Amino acid sequence: MLGEAVTAEKPPLRARRLSWGFGSWLLPAYTIIALVFLLIPIAYTFVFSFNNSVKSNIVWRGFTLDKWANVCDKAEVCEAFGNSLVIGVVATVCATILGTMIAIALVRYRFRFRSAISLLLFLPMATPEVVLGAGLAAEFLTAGVEKGLVTIIIAHTMFCVSFVVVTVKARVSTLDPALEEAGRDLYGSPSQVFWRITFPLLLPGIIAAALLSFALSFDDFIITNFNAGTTSTFPKYIYISAARGIPAEANVIASAVFLLAIILVLISQVSSAMRRKRLAKIG
Amino acid sequence: MAFSAFATGTAQEQAPRRKSRIALFLLLPGILYLVLFFLVPLVSLVLTSFQEPIVNGDIGEYQTAFRWENYTDVIGLYGEHILRSFLYAILATIFALLFSYPLAYFIGVKARRWPLIQNLMLVLVIAPFFISFLLRTLAWKSLLSDESVVITGLKALSLMAPDAHFTGTPAAVVFGLTYNFIPFMTLPLYATLERLDTRLLEAGGDLYSRPFTTFRTVTIPLSMSGIVSGVLLTFIPAAGDYINASRDFLGGTGTAMMGNVIESNFLVTLNYPAAASLSIILMAVILVMVTVYVKRSGTEDLL
Amino acid sequence: MASGAFAESGADLELVGISKRFPGFTAIERLDLTIPAGSFFALLGPSGCGKTTTLRLVAGLEEPTEGTILIGGKDVTPLKPYQRQVNTVFQSYALFPHMTVLDNVAFGLRRRRIADPVGKAHEALRLVELDHLATRKPQQLSGGQQQRVALARAVVNRPALLLLDEPLGALDLKLRRQMQLELKSIQDEVGLTFVHVTHDQEEAMTMADTVAVMNKGRIEQLGAPEELYELPRTAFVANFLGQSNLFTGTVSGTTSDSITVSVEGVKITVPKARAQRHTGDVTVGIRPEKLLLHTSDPKTAAGTNSLGPGRVIDVSFSGVSTQYIVAFPGIGTVTVFAQNLDFGPVVPDGTEVWVSWRVDHGFGLEDEAESQPRFPADTDTATIAVQKKRALMSELEEA
Repeated sequence: MLGEAVTAEKPPLRARRLSWGFGSWLLPAYTIIALVFLLIPIAYTFVFSFNNSVKSNIVWRGFTLDKWANVCDKAEVCEAFGNSLVIGVVATVCATILGTMIAIALVRYRFRFRSAISLLLFLPMATPEVVLGAGLAAEFLTAGVEKGLVTIIIAHTMFCVSFVVVTVKARVSTLDPALEEAGRDLYGSPSQVFWRITFPLLLPGIIAAALLSFALSFDDFIITNFNAGTTSTFPKYIYISAARGIPAEANVIASAVFLLAIILVLISQVSSAMRRKRLAKIG
Repeated sequence: MAFSAFATGTAQEQAPRRKSRIALFLLLPGILYLVLFFLVPLVSLVLTSFQEPIVNGDIGEYQTAFRWENYTDVIGLYGEHILRSFLYAILATIFALLFSYPLAYFIGVKARRWPLIQNLMLVLVIAPFFISFLLRTLAWKSLLSDESVVITGLKALSLMAPDAHFTGTPAAVVFGLTYNFIPFMTLPLYATLERLDTRLLEAGGDLYSRPFTTFRTVTIPLSMSGIVSGVLLTFIPAAGDYINASRDFLGGTGTAMMGNVIESNFLVTLNYPAAASLSIILMAVILVMVTVYVKRSGTEDLL
Repeated sequence: MASGAFAESGADLELVGISKRFPGFTAIERLDLTIPAGSFFALLGPSGCGKTTTLRLVAGLEEPTEGTILIGGKDVTPLKPYQRQVNTVFQSYALFPHMTVLDNVAFGLRRRRIADPVGKAHEALRLVELDHLATRKPQQLSGGQQQRVALARAVVNRPALLLLDEPLGALDLKLRRQMQLELKSIQDEVGLTFVHVTHDQEEAMTMADTVAVMNKGRIEQLGAPEELYELPRTAFVANFLGQSNLFTGTVSGTTSDSITVSVEGVKITVPKARAQRHTGDVTVGIRPEKLLLHTSDPKTAAGTNSLGPGRVIDVSFSGVSTQYIVAFPGIGTVTVFAQNLDFGPVVPDGTEVWVSWRVDHGFGLEDEAESQPRFPADTDTATIAVQKKRALMSELEEA
């Protein structure tokens, strides 16, 4: 998912150290402090998922694995989490399909109104969530559509499409067009060329886009809040219970999601590093 | 923009684009979707912002009209909030930039010889994304509340007045905004700095430039596209944010931003025209910024 | 879909009246070309001359704006690439990175539902001596090996026509020489028609039976390598293939079998059979290796031309030969290649010398040599600016 991000043309850094100067320890030290700073709330959330809390989860009462073991004792938390999952999956599937098609068109084909379309794809990323949320809610209001799960999914798909386009487009641009030409030259019909050559090579980008889309959808609050009606999603549940006191079970779910995400990312990094070693040139 | 940080592999020179009807088929579903669920809502917002209440109607009942005064009303009523939003957003952007640039520089330039560590650090930078941002903000609220270790410690060291607060103040809101948008600033900066050809810095040194001058005259201009992306990606959502400023989170009585006002008008008092006109004002300012950006760099690199 | 049968041997290729225009510029203008079956044909020219476009037109990867393409007498112009019995070896090899070498080679066979694709793929890999790497991925192979896999992948389909788009460009010199010989021997073995596009004139002359020199979308001259080299018809061919010494003057006399051109008072005789034009202003030329260097005035024997006296202004040793640049007052500089039969240069810098050559080694061109600018046209700023403007305008057209 994350770029190996090394361009082929640049030479590797010379073995001899570049002149670092007096501040050569300054930057690394700063980086470490900065990274620790970024991780503080995560650590806090994780630690407090083990808190033996009763009502609110602000004061430390003692360590317990109880909340992890019985996460769904608080039914609302699990219901909200479940909704977020469903919404995330459906919105991701829709946005990924729509976005991938657009990305391919943008890179490979000529068509009119290219600038207008680029702008249209860019704007949702540049529009504040309040505006997006309020606008959609206004539209649903005028159309008389009842707010609920479906409207949330519609909203999430909308703002995810642009991100999918950007991610897949970056991947499509790395594809050597000669590969598809070779496919056509070797008697592949257009659909064969797409499914046997283009799609497998795009897949890492599509997966990255899908993951990004899911993450955006799962964590979305503002747009959801405007368009959810009474349906509960995980972020919405947290917002509502912020006043009363958030149960530790919510911390448990959030920490679990975090761990899962980090593990997935680390696996993908390690496996791509291993793959690079295996594919090192021979002969 | 930022997402080239996620691109694996180098961009290849593409063949001249083909003209084909397939393009239409590929584009139509997505574009129609966006038109229907992005453009139309914006139009809807504009229409709503001009509506007027139905005489003798219920709360939340409006009819189509052309009431310009909605805008002037809203500016008069919430002018303070509007200015405050932009002020907080600008501050948060500046702080995020100052915080993120050295970080992105280290990861993207200095750490190039250790790609595995580079990737690891990037993962740590975006790790906050994986915890719901509401929980992140609440975590800071707890960590910086009056009873917390940090604040009691600062008071014990006489760095803070005994009866001062941190949470509930504008400082806390800006702090929260800065923290939450650091990844948005770091990633585009990283993406640009990662592509920085260090040989150019060497050339600067070779041409008698001292390190800081090289930084000022070579590095910064070359990373400008990343800086602009990061600034846009940070300022725009920050200006419309209302979580950080909300009283349940890091905000207090004097910190309400435009977002809070829009939310309360839309969802609580059901004053749709007011909410809509505020949204349009916010959108208009953003559009001006985006237009300047597009005029300077064109639409090809937008995505 | 191309049928399951292999083409038994190579087929004729005919291009009739082909033009290809892109938005903003014309790549090929009214091209006519016939390539006989079973030959090794080279399309030679500088970058931008249209040779790669011609190849892509034959492969079906581009459509001609005008004209027809016939393979084996059949009009294939409306056919898509996967319907034509033509295969391409791409400049970047274009090996599918997500498939093994074997699957790469078998790809075309499988698309055409040919029986025993795996067996035939192994056979093709044995032909290029890479069968032992069949299960590897392309990224694990060296450049030379990848090139051979790309060749096997194309050849295994026994196409009527095999197109090679500068396939040796990415290889280092020694490997390139080796591959040139291998390609030639494979072509002899399988008997397919090879069309090889290159900008390397040495490569074209070594490998091909017939060479066509292209410039700015047109074929300047077509023929066997020796013919093109020893008897160029245009200034472009004279300068592109090897080096030439060119002299422009007016025809001052003719005989039954030769013409004499007067260049700044010096008379140069060229056989009529080797001169494209016999009247008016004519540019004549002589190859540098055909010139003899003299330190005293050679009394002009019958059947030779001579120039002099001049002064040697540069001596360059390059192993096999030494290049001398001699300045003649009024005429300009002349390059002489002398084989290093002994050690060291024959004359040092600054010596007064004469050059002579046999009359029947000279040639007369169709056109006049243009004065060459110091930097080739496509790197001069004005041209770049024009290209950029064209690109912008074509974008505006689309928007």
